[in-house]
Amino acid sequence: MSGHSTYEPKTGFERWLDARLPIVRLGYDSFVDYPTPRNLNYWWTFGGILSLCLASQLITGIILVMHYTPSADHAFASVEHIMRDVNYGWLIRYMHANGASMFFIAVYIHMLRGLYYGSYKAPREVLWLLGCVIYLLMMATAFMGYVLPWGQMSFHGAVVITNLFGALPVVGESITTWLWGGFAVDNPTLNRFFSLHYLLPFMIAGVVILHIWALHVVGQNNPTGVEPKSKADTVPFTPYATVKDGFAMSVFLILFAFFVFFMPNALGHADNYIPANPLVTPSHIVPEWYFLPFYAILRAVPDKLMGVLAMFGAIACLFALPWLDRSKVRSMRYRPTARIHFFIFVVACCILGVCGAKLPDDQIIPGLTTFKVMESDLNSFVWLSRVAAAYYFAFFVIVMPFLPLSEKTLPVPDSIASPALSHPAAAPVEATAAPEMKG
Amino acid sequence: MAVAAGGAAAIAWPFIDQMNPAADTRALASIEFDVTKVGEGQQVVVKWRGKPLFVRNRTKAEIAKAVADDNASMKDPEKDSARVKPGKAQWLIVGGNCTHLGCVPTFGGGDYGGWFCPCHGSVYDTSGRIRKGPAPKNLIVPEYAFLSDTKVKIG
Repeated sequence: MSGHSTYEPKTGFERWLDARLPIVRLGYDSFVDYPTPRNLNYWWTFGGILSLCLASQLITGIILVMHYTPSADHAFASVEHIMRDVNYGWLIRYMHANGASMFFIAVYIHMLRGLYYGSYKAPREVLWLLGCVIYLLMMATAFMGYVLPWGQMSFHGAVVITNLFGALPVVGESITTWLWGGFAVDNPTLNRFFSLHYLLPFMIAGVVILHIWALHVVGQNNPTGVEPKSKADTVPFTPYATVKDGFAMSVFLILFAFFVFFMPNALGHADNYIPANPLVTPSHIVPEWYFLPFYAILRAVPDKLMGVLAMFGAIACLFALPWLDRSKVRSMRYRPTARIHFFIFVVACCILGVCGAKLPDDQIIPGLTTFKVMESDLNSFVWLSRVAAAYYFAFFVIVMPFLPLSEKTLPVPDSIASPALSHPAAAPVEATAAPEMKG
Repeated sequence: MAVAAGGAAAIAWPFIDQMNPAADTRALASIEFDVTKVGEGQQVVVKWRGKPLFVRNRTKAEIAKAVADDNASMKDPEKDSARVKPGKAQWLIVGGNCTHLGCVPTFGGGDYGGWFCPCHGSVYDTSGRIRKGPAPKNLIVPEYAFLSDTKVKIG
């Protein structure tokens, strides 16, 4: 898409088509001849893996709709019908349910890779923003999809999430009623969620096209964070990137298949195999694993409105990241202090995930009672999540903007191909000590 | 311009308003309930307008505890007497959805003997008032009236 096209139509038909709709040329320029930085590591294969996830979700989802009934009275039974009666229905549904988890595993790795290597920095801000939009759409889609089986977790998950909007002053109640289409989560809610769950993936596909378009305008970032300067810095997309992506996809599919065939319900919740009952909330209600960190942030704040704002703020930070980070060095490979903060950030996210799965007042160290602060014992998951949430926000609003003011960075190579030539001091570090960092 | 904007708004509204409750959903019936079904110290959960409603037959100790706390520091201060009908302090009728995010609190849980919400740890006392946790309001007291000593009409 960028630069001069080297596509040469070989047959008469290709020449005829190229003059009318140069779609083969577009594909050739984008996925064959397209120059990619020669030093891309395996963290860069998750873009391809994510396309695979989207395709898999679309195909399995469209098939499931052929057998599913979007109605409060029949939804649960129709999902059981898919599981027990439809030929290979169990396989398609397990692929779809676990595929959502795989999609999020891949997207989190993809986002953390962007964060580590500074892929959101100029000129890639729009690319990053489009990615954030995709992530938001993914979350909405996943949430609404989880409601469709109309089990206990589906129903009460929907109640909790839609009630988040009730926290807004003045308009909150009207908005929740509008979202529900009634005075409680009920059949109208299920039907509109079904409609949107079908629509949003196609919107994701649309934004993915914009995302790839933006990527091909600015070019890929790479582990050094240095823009390619000459032909020596790049290799053609095919065969280099296609083969590497293909291998990574195969490994990823092994993990996917392992979940589908050996532990298809490990990432779900047993309560969702109980039909929805508005009169009983499961004693321990948790969202799907990929929402747990945000759920922990929501619960960390004792005030309803502030908790909701903190949760949405956690996502808003991602959108603001390109303008929060003021470092001139792109890749954290050359930012030792930022790198430490990055790893603490990853740990903080994992801790938030664990906290989200526990009851707020559960003890971290069993049997130990310390003293109470803000109505909760310090030895409780709610306090652990407060500490982790504080770091989460500090990473974005303190570390990112203010660390660069006093940060000592390592020498950055002049180009991808020849870091050793221009920076002898940095060369041994890159050549010997660093390979495991690339991993 | 103004005409076009007016036209756009006029066509947009039906597309927005269609998501609001339909006429059959709005045509809500009220329900009648025989409170003698609830044993002392127990509660019965009734479904009303698609949501649970708690009808609780409070013991003397529970009422005393609620009244004693009338002046305690609370997020949403309210006297116990304002939450029941005069002379019917035994019967507490409140909406069964946590005012935080709508989960159904567990009967008898929490430090105050009222309800405990399993979702985010809100604790209600024996008057259904919020005492601890993220919920901003007391459990809602719906509109209701005693038709006789034993029959109550809700809604």
